[in-house]
Amino acid sequence: MRNSLKQKNLQNGKQLAYILAFAFLALSMIVGISVGSVSVPVSELFQIIGKEVFQLPLSTEANVMFTNIVMKIRLPRVVLAGLVGASLAISGAAFQGLLRNPLADPYTLGVSSGASVGAVVTIFFGLSLPVIGLFTLPLLSVLFSFLTIFSVLLFAQKMDRSIKVETIILTGIIFSSFLGAFISLMIALTGEELRQIIGWLLGSVSMRGWSYVGIILPFFIVGTVILMLNARELNALSFGEERAQHLGVNVKQRKLMILIAGSLLTGAAVAVSGTIGFVGLVIPHFTRRLVSPDHKHLLPLSMIIGAGFLILADLVSRVIISPAELPIGVITALIGAPVFAIILLKRRRIEERR
Amino acid sequence: MLTVTELIGGYTKNMPVLKNLSFEVARGELFGILGPNGSGKTTLLQMMSGILTYHSGEILLKGKRLQDYRTKELARVSAVLPQHSTQAFSYTVKETVSLGRYAHQKGLLQSWSMEDEEVVQRVMKQTGTTPFQHLPFDQLSGGERQRVLLAQSLAQEPEILFLDEPTNHLDLSYQKELLDLMKSWTKERDLTVVSIFHDLNLASLYCDRLLLLDKGRIQINDKPNEVLKRERVQAVYQTDIENYPHPNVPKSQLFIVPAHLAKEQETLVINEQYIEKKDDWLALKSPIPLKTISLGMTEIGNGWYQTFVNCHNKRTFDCSDPQKEMIEYLSAHGFNRSETIGMITNVDLKTAAVRFYQEDNISIFIVVTAGKRNFHDPHHVVQSEKVIGSNIHTWVFVNGCLTEEAFIQCLVTATEAKVKALYGYGEETMTEDSILIAASQRGTDIRHGESMESLRKLVSSGVYECILLAIQNE
Repeated sequence: MRNSLKQKNLQNGKQLAYILAFAFLALSMIVGISVGSVSVPVSELFQIIGKEVFQLPLSTEANVMFTNIVMKIRLPRVVLAGLVGASLAISGAAFQGLLRNPLADPYTLGVSSGASVGAVVTIFFGLSLPVIGLFTLPLLSVLFSFLTIFSVLLFAQKMDRSIKVETIILTGIIFSSFLGAFISLMIALTGEELRQIIGWLLGSVSMRGWSYVGIILPFFIVGTVILMLNARELNALSFGEERAQHLGVNVKQRKLMILIAGSLLTGAAVAVSGTIGFVGLVIPHFTRRLVSPDHKHLLPLSMIIGAGFLILADLVSRVIISPAELPIGVITALIGAPVFAIILLKRRRIEERR
Repeated sequence: MLTVTELIGGYTKNMPVLKNLSFEVARGELFGILGPNGSGKTTLLQMMSGILTYHSGEILLKGKRLQDYRTKELARVSAVLPQHSTQAFSYTVKETVSLGRYAHQKGLLQSWSMEDEEVVQRVMKQTGTTPFQHLPFDQLSGGERQRVLLAQSLAQEPEILFLDEPTNHLDLSYQKELLDLMKSWTKERDLTVVSIFHDLNLASLYCDRLLLLDKGRIQINDKPNEVLKRERVQAVYQTDIENYPHPNVPKSQLFIVPAHLAKEQETLVINEQYIEKKDDWLALKSPIPLKTISLGMTEIGNGWYQTFVNCHNKRTFDCSDPQKEMIEYLSAHGFNRSETIGMITNVDLKTAAVRFYQEDNISIFIVVTAGKRNFHDPHHVVQSEKVIGSNIHTWVFVNGCLTEEAFIQCLVTATEAKVKALYGYGEETMTEDSILIAASQRGTDIRHGESMESLRKLVSSGVYECILLAIQNE
């Protein structure tokens, strides 16, 4: 009887976590859209969203300037920030589970370095491919990140045929350092584009518009669906690969699926926004500690919280020294690190009291 | 259930770990795999559980080749209890156990069915993990973790269970509990268990059959008592071993001989110099514990003792509980209880016959006290003034290394000698007489034919002579 009660509490706890996470996301979206150099009143905001996004037959005429600000600037920015945050957080959670290493993040495999090389090459050589023009950078970046992932996996497989996670981590580090050297080289050689390169490397979601949302969206959908379908396998894998196989997981196949899905998400996120640190490392940690290490809940919750977190971080980055903007990567770490430290300390105290 | 044929595998093709193994395990069997470190036990287990591939040969599980199983399908038939498990994140016990149902869940959504829940509840109950099902796994002790992992494996509802040294990290009672559980499952549910053991004695107690591996080959595959023969184990493990039957069950047990004890082999000769006589007691105080078989008063049976006491009954004993009085007497006189054998006599200790005999390199030392008149018998619980009989205590100390067989031979020989000695007096021997044979277990090895025979002669003539002498002294 008491057990079933407790079970119910746990169930309720998980439901509560979902409700809170969605509320957090909704709130940060609303604040993210309405606050800025020109602030949009919340009532207007709902009208505009209702009318423009959901095509509701609302009678009142909305302010044209507000409509333009929301639909052309703020909304795509918030959506992009949300998608990037969600991608980084869920792939971080998956990588930590797969690599059984709480220090892993989406960048462990060198995906970000690959994407960065693509982007920096584009800026450095001033490349602009025909037809796609402005999208040369994100596309080259995605391309390079995939090249990196497949090289890493190929190399790891050459090193040991079963691709142990230790091998993957090691290979990832080797590739990161190697590609990092290329980036440093180009930075050292560049003159004019230095600021642009650094700015990109530190990450930003500003002035990208809907087209960038369009770039990341398909990767986001494919990647998250694959990861969510592997939630239970991730649970089993966190007991070690041998154990997972004994439990009936087709380890090799699942591992490749998770690695590729995670890299898709990361590569696409880096391509549209630069290397934004911290989200992929800390959000999964935070979620695991506060809710559950069960990947069935960890993955979706990390995604929602990650999205909300990056939207807020972006908001801070553009209002704090307005009208100038700070790189979003700086903000994520500046806010995220102390908050996380406080959570860790509080948690420790609660555990001690038990 | 499981058939392994001409299995070769492990590391490189030229230097395989396993060299041509063939054996079968029947359904419902508890099958043990033994072997020194590096003999290929774990490699074999990993191949049978589908983790490692092999170079040639075949492994059939329920008549189907192991490679032909899909991973999930295999997990529904076989489960593995790992030696240890590291967990990167702290799942609760129930979440951990629930993972065992992975192979049974179908469909993309893999929903949790009533059956899954029932199985999980049942195995948690069986392994005694229900009380802490909501605790995080990493807060548990080693033994509890092992039980949770067992529950996880059982949740797979396997037909065959592979165990890799299942009793590691477990204290004595859990070792027994785990193996008792395994044993009952093999009997009641026809579960087949294949387990690696480090502890040969545990394996001997629980397994139906044992496979002894030596350098990647099968040394023997037979019943435990056959496998755990002293010479065989010594050869395979290359160490000194003694074996001895279990006190209560018909299984052989092995004992290692610590080097520091085995090497203390300065010869020791027990003789008069170790005798200490006081008014009311006579004691032999050996510098080392002697292996003793006795029918004494305080300690009866087998053991290692250092001090042997015979005390004179001066009616300080009321004989209502001789055992307890003896113990009190010993501690009152400063003898260490656990190292001492004590007995009571009515005879004046001055009459004791104390003799040393030697022939070739075998020597024995005999101490006898004997009375043959009517006497107040302290060993007899029912008081009777008219008991006629003897009250003879015989101690035989052998300076040599005796086998079990030699001990029994000495006991029988000494008894026969006593009967012979008393025959001339027309006395009946009484069961209250006591006798002990003690050996230093150093020096001459008395195991076989000739040395055994000369020992027998020494004991026979020695005991006969001493008893007569003791009776005359009186």
